[in-house]
Amino acid sequence: MMNYVFPILLIFSFISAIVTGRVDELSSAVIDGAESAVQLLLRLVSMLCLWGGIMEIGDRAGLTRLFSKVMYPVVALIFPRLRKEKYVLEAISMNITANVLGLGNAATPLGLEAMRRLQSINSDTEFASDEMIVFVVMNTAAMHIIPTTVATMRGQYGSENPMEIMPAAFLTSFFALATAITVAKIGNRFKRKGRRLYGR
Amino acid sequence: MADNWGSYVLPLMVVGIVAFGLTKKVKVFDCFMAGAKKGLHTVYELMPSITGLVVAVTMLKESGAMDILSDFLSPVTSFFGVPEEITPMALLSPISGGGSLSLFESVLKTYGPDSFVGQVASVVMGSTDTTLYAVTVYYAAVNIRNTRHTLLSGLTADFMSLVLSAFFVRITVGQ
Repeated sequence: MMNYVFPILLIFSFISAIVTGRVDELSSAVIDGAESAVQLLLRLVSMLCLWGGIMEIGDRAGLTRLFSKVMYPVVALIFPRLRKEKYVLEAISMNITANVLGLGNAATPLGLEAMRRLQSINSDTEFASDEMIVFVVMNTAAMHIIPTTVATMRGQYGSENPMEIMPAAFLTSFFALATAITVAKIGNRFKRKGRRLYGR
Repeated sequence: MADNWGSYVLPLMVVGIVAFGLTKKVKVFDCFMAGAKKGLHTVYELMPSITGLVVAVTMLKESGAMDILSDFLSPVTSFFGVPEEITPMALLSPISGGGSLSLFESVLKTYGPDSFVGQVASVVMGSTDTTLYAVTVYYAAVNIRNTRHTLLSGLTADFMSLVLSAFFVRITVGQ
């Protein structure tokens, strides 16, 4: 994917900069971009180390198994082919739990662990499996119940009721998530019919 | 005394998990180190793809490309009842989390959080995540080259949440 996205972004930026007369800005963006990548990576280091460590404790103590038992009905409904792969379902359940609680920072390391487990049962390791697509797409939609960051910012800018948007945000998130899963699943069916190149 | 309830979640999780580990006789710090080391290794694996992605996205933001794109797309979003003031922010949100957050801030500053524009912007921000970033990071961690229809599905959902946010604000928030 990035083999297409990366050049498209770069070429489109260059052409737009010429059109809008912002080549100066574009030039400094090259260096600034590389620098902000380092900042982002540093943040990832602290996030993945901290939550990786804490979750390892939870895993060893059997907490993960407990959570995944609670989440099993929902997760098994979304990933019917993983019913027997308890090991994979556990990681997926933990990621969903962290997302729903609004712990975005903890959700990423858990999600990456789930991806590793999905990859271990993938038949072609170059291609995304059907379950990976559904799982990643779920993580690109917001699953949290309370939009904390947004509510805080609304408060800072003098909203009389920062939480007023909560029902709308919840409904929107829910239907966007349902759309994401549905489109991903339709795509899965379509591809598998076309050529049986990558099942699971 | 007047602590925010939300502030309890994180400390409770960290302390709770460690305490639970103790009751199960887990060597908690050894475990922590093992997990943290795995995390560090993951970041190492992610470094090249994140550097490439962030450079490309920063260039896109600074080139004025988003202005051109939102001029193009605002008739489409207006058709679905989305105020055109938030189109630039909505376009940026699947690509750059920080960038869209700063645009969200300027929307709040200009129109106020309780205006229709401010409310729709809030719902959009509260119901989307940085799609391109998540797709890149999740697949880069396991070296998947062909992501098939992942990006298409993610962006469809983002568009859906933009349209729905205007719709749900209209029906749930009394003007």
